Amino acid sequence: MIPLHHYLILSALLFCIGLYGVFTRRSAIGILLSLEIMLNAANINFVAFSKFVTPDNPIGQIFVIFTIGVSAAAAVVGLAIIVAIYRNYKTIFVDEINIMKW
Amino acid sequence: MFGLPLLSLIIFLPVLGILILFFIPKAQTSTIRGVSVATTLVTFLLSLLILAHFNTAQPGFQLEEKLSWIPQVNINYHVGVDGLSYSMIFLTALLCFLACFASFSIKDRIKEYFIFYLMLEVGMIGTFLALDLFLFYVFWEITLVPMYFLIGIWGGSRKEYAAIKFFLYTLAGSVFMLLGILALYFNSAPHTFSIVELIAQNSLFPRLFQNIIFAALFFGFAIKVPVFPFHTWLPDAHVEAPTPASVLLAGVLLKMGGYGFFRISYPILPEAAKFFAPAIALLALIGIVYGAFVAMAQTDFKKMVAYSSVSHMGFVMLGLASLNPIGFSGAYLQMFNHGIITGAMFLLVGVLYDRAHTRDLNAFGGLREVVPVFSGMLIFFSLASLGLPGLSGFVSEFLSLLGGFKAFRLFTIISVTGIIVTAGYILFMIQRILLGPLNPKWKSLAEINTREILTLVPLLILTLALGVYPKLILDILNPGLNLILKAIGVAN
Amino acid sequence: MVNAAYSLALLPVVGFIVNIFFGSKLKLKGALFSIACIAGSFLCACLLLRHVIAGNSIEQSATWFTCGKYSFSAGLVIDQLTAIMLIVVTLVSLLVQIYSIGYLHGEKNSTRFFAFISLFTFSMLGLVLADNLILVYVFWELVGLCSYLLISYWYNKPSAALAGKKAFITNRIGDAGFFLGIATLFYYLGTANFREIAEKLHHGGFDPHIITIAGILLFCGAIGKSAQFPLHVWLPDAMEGPTPASALIHAATMVAAGVYLTVRSYSVFSAGNFSLQFVSYIGIITSLLAASIALVQNDIKKILAYSTISQLGLMMVALGVGGYTAGVFHLMTHAFFKALLFLCAGAVIHNTGVQDIRQMGGLFGKMKITASTCFIACLAIAGVPPFSGFWSKDEILLAAFNHNKVLYGLSSLVAFMTAFYMFRLYILTFTGKPRDPHLHPHESPKVMTWPLIILASLSAVSGLIGSPLTNHWFSHFIYFHPEHHIEVNYLVMYSSIAVGLLGIAMAWLFYKACPNIPKALAENYKPIYNLLLNKYYIDEIYDTVIVRPFLALTRFSFSFDSKIIDGSVNGTATVTIWISTIKAWIDKYIVDGLVNLTASMVGAIGIVLRRLQSGFIQNYILLIFTSVIIIVLLKLI
Repeated sequence: MIPLHHYLILSALLFCIGLYGVFTRRSAIGILLSLEIMLNAANINFVAFSKFVTPDNPIGQIFVIFTIGVSAAAAVVGLAIIVAIYRNYKTIFVDEINIMKW
Repeated sequence: MFGLPLLSLIIFLPVLGILILFFIPKAQTSTIRGVSVATTLVTFLLSLLILAHFNTAQPGFQLEEKLSWIPQVNINYHVGVDGLSYSMIFLTALLCFLACFASFSIKDRIKEYFIFYLMLEVGMIGTFLALDLFLFYVFWEITLVPMYFLIGIWGGSRKEYAAIKFFLYTLAGSVFMLLGILALYFNSAPHTFSIVELIAQNSLFPRLFQNIIFAALFFGFAIKVPVFPFHTWLPDAHVEAPTPASVLLAGVLLKMGGYGFFRISYPILPEAAKFFAPAIALLALIGIVYGAFVAMAQTDFKKMVAYSSVSHMGFVMLGLASLNPIGFSGAYLQMFNHGIITGAMFLLVGVLYDRAHTRDLNAFGGLREVVPVFSGMLIFFSLASLGLPGLSGFVSEFLSLLGGFKAFRLFTIISVTGIIVTAGYILFMIQRILLGPLNPKWKSLAEINTREILTLVPLLILTLALGVYPKLILDILNPGLNLILKAIGVAN
Repeated sequence: MVNAAYSLALLPVVGFIVNIFFGSKLKLKGALFSIACIAGSFLCACLLLRHVIAGNSIEQSATWFTCGKYSFSAGLVIDQLTAIMLIVVTLVSLLVQIYSIGYLHGEKNSTRFFAFISLFTFSMLGLVLADNLILVYVFWELVGLCSYLLISYWYNKPSAALAGKKAFITNRIGDAGFFLGIATLFYYLGTANFREIAEKLHHGGFDPHIITIAGILLFCGAIGKSAQFPLHVWLPDAMEGPTPASALIHAATMVAAGVYLTVRSYSVFSAGNFSLQFVSYIGIITSLLAASIALVQNDIKKILAYSTISQLGLMMVALGVGGYTAGVFHLMTHAFFKALLFLCAGAVIHNTGVQDIRQMGGLFGKMKITASTCFIACLAIAGVPPFSGFWSKDEILLAAFNHNKVLYGLSSLVAFMTAFYMFRLYILTFTGKPRDPHLHPHESPKVMTWPLIILASLSAVSGLIGSPLTNHWFSHFIYFHPEHHIEVNYLVMYSSIAVGLLGIAMAWLFYKACPNIPKALAENYKPIYNLLLNKYYIDEIYDTVIVRPFLALTRFSFSFDSKIIDGSVNGTATVTIWISTIKAWIDKYIVDGLVNLTASMVGAIGIVLRRLQSGFIQNYILLIFTSVIIIVLLKLI
């Protein structure tokens, strides 16, 4: 049986990859994808802890399904926003979309 | 009838009209006019319905409605009608209805115009029906706002000046009035704003207190009447206001001041009324003679009529000051008659101005030849205005002077010169407009049209009817006036 | 009989309404309708006169309106005086209207004239019928209105418009006094009803001074309406109106209303201690003044106007010296012959187009009927027996003779002047040779001559009812004191005849026999001549002393109003604006300064801090992440 810390290391790696992607990607879609990776890292954590801490109660796993659903919805909204931005600015590079700047 | 709250209905019916107007697009001018005419017509019919349910012989208030409004300070929505207020709401409803037709010559911003117009009607009718001083004050102030806009938006060349002057001047007066009302409230036991209750306890107010409060209320009412020397807002407001606003201003708004004296100052503060009577008579005398003198010097037709109002309202004050039944009847009748006659005069000025675009008396001459019907009307109402017997103005001026003669012999003798000067300026006006050789400039002046004639005919009939048979209205007024005289403590 | 009285008064109203509203369509039919109405009124008046002669009288009254305990009533009274007045008014009105059809033939909108005449007739009848002073006042002003309307009938003529206005305002001045008189009586006696006033005064117990003042005030109204000095100035100007209107209103009826009022309220005058003297003094002054002016006037209507003023003055003298009957009698006869004179003058003016008697002359041959009726009228007014004026004037002179010899002398002088100027008018107009070749006069149509003939016969015979030949029937019919006695004083009678004949003879001498005398007199006494010709400069004096200062005063009032009173209002506004300006400065730089200081400090900080807002999402995320790490580390530590 794979010990808990393996899962944690995997999820930490995935999280870091995602974080790196969020920090570095110029494309908004890339950032969105990276965000999904980070979410999945968290999901792995959930499942792992659920398995090892409360093996009789799968509440953590149920929560993951819930999270996946929410993140899918979030991704849809995010993509919609990106499409809208693209239509207006003809770009999805976040460094070029700086109208929020003072 | 069916327990309908007739008085509330008549007060708030124009509000319904306003609400309907809100939902009509600006561009549909004929619908807007139609709704306004319908509203004022129904209001007028309601005023007739009230007469049908009104026992003219019975003194005191009838058809009363009383609802608690702000119970913490004993403010009530309390309305009621007696002969005095009835005659005024009849006048208001009639003039509003007729002036509504005259409003057809307003061409821009029609929707807003009629909304303000109907709002004005609400305020005026409410003022005459309120029996609670607070409610009275509220309605009193409501009239100011629409009139301000009516003058300020649809007025003549100096409309802003006139509108602001009118507003600030009358507002300054009503501030004093408010102080007086509050002082009455705090000095009554139990604290009350009710006019009826205040009259019942009028003997409790000490003399000095009465005098001070009377003076405070006097400012509010005297500015509205207007009593010399508070009259200068009037010529400006009249000259700049559009015709229907002038009609209502002269016909109804001025009467609110006189009504205030009759309804509030005199019965609630009888000692002060007696104390100030000579002073008021003196101001009345100055108003009559001085107003006539100034009217004589005018070259602007409308301004002349405005100053004639100052002179005519002087008779109201003279009759009031006389404190006897003849003078009181004369004064109150004069208010009613002045409303009709001067209202008609302003309508006629409007008719002429719409066609000639000038009001300069010296610019006319010989118009009788081109516009005979208009001339007939103008002569008729001018004669009524100068107090020709057989027309209503005579009865009221005669009674005012007769009542005044009993109380203030010398003042009345001097006032009588006012009627001579009145004849002078009225005939001078007729001469300059209608008589003499025709000014060729007006060769093709259009005759008064059917709509305008129909507006004037009811006023003409009333003027004639009340002149020949003044009992029609005096019988309605007498019970109310007797009650006031009783409250003042003058032996009837 | 009461119905007859009502229809009498209301028929002219019908005539008025029909003519004023439908006149432009009806044209001649409207005029005929109006005449029919007046004819009906005249018949009613005849019925009423018969009723009254039979010894009855009618009095009816109803409450008009009430004010508290005071009640004002409206009613009518028909007694001997009223009956006579009704006949005079309706008859003259009827004849004048018939005459006017011819006179106004071809005039545009002449129905307006008939409408006004009908309204006038109604008002005059109302005045005569009214049983109390207030009602009299009502009709008093209404007849004044009709007079105004008829004087300015030709409204395009500025002089007519001015004359109408002058008449109305002058009358108003008198009316103001009249009103005060009514008010005094109303409060002092508690009634305005003529019969009640007379009864109360009869019982006595009143302060004669107050009654005197009341009487004089009432007489002010009469001074205005009957054109007595000093308010006589409107009547000559009133000749601007159409001549038939002058005949009816300014000769026969309305101007006599002042006399009527004095007669009606005679109890008030006789109860006062000076009022009757006042009446006689005013009367004689007016009479002399007007008669002397009439001597030199050249406008035919002006002569007649001054003659009317003078005759009215004589009536006032009669009333003032106690000749109650004489005053009424002369009122009646004067109504006939003066209306006739005016209608004759109207016929002359109508047919020649001129009004100046110096341009006329020799008209007798062309206008026989007019000239002969005019001759009768002149004889009547000059006081030649047996024409009507002789009997009535004789009674006046008799009353004056019994009362005050000075007044008698002056009245006789007036009678002399009357005879002189009337025959001057007659001689210059109708006799001799035509002076103006451009005139082509011709006789008037029958519709105009018949009224002349009727009036001429009345002028000739109507005096007989008060003569010794009928045993002074008139004096038994109308009297103030029931116990009065009738006497015939032959001295007065013969001297009156002599004075009249002397006047006629003198006129004949001056204008027929030796036409150079008048010119010589005018040359030699130029100041007096000019004084008379210019009517004693009274109009000019009034203009300088009253009218101009009054107009200046009105202008002063206006500038006072706009500068001082309105100025103080605007001044208040200006001062308020100054104060506001100062306050605005304080507000802007001190109060608002603090607020702005706070704001600018916040702004300065913001300038520094806004550098954080890069606009790059990654920066923000980095910031968030770093912060989370730091927070976690801090927590762990």
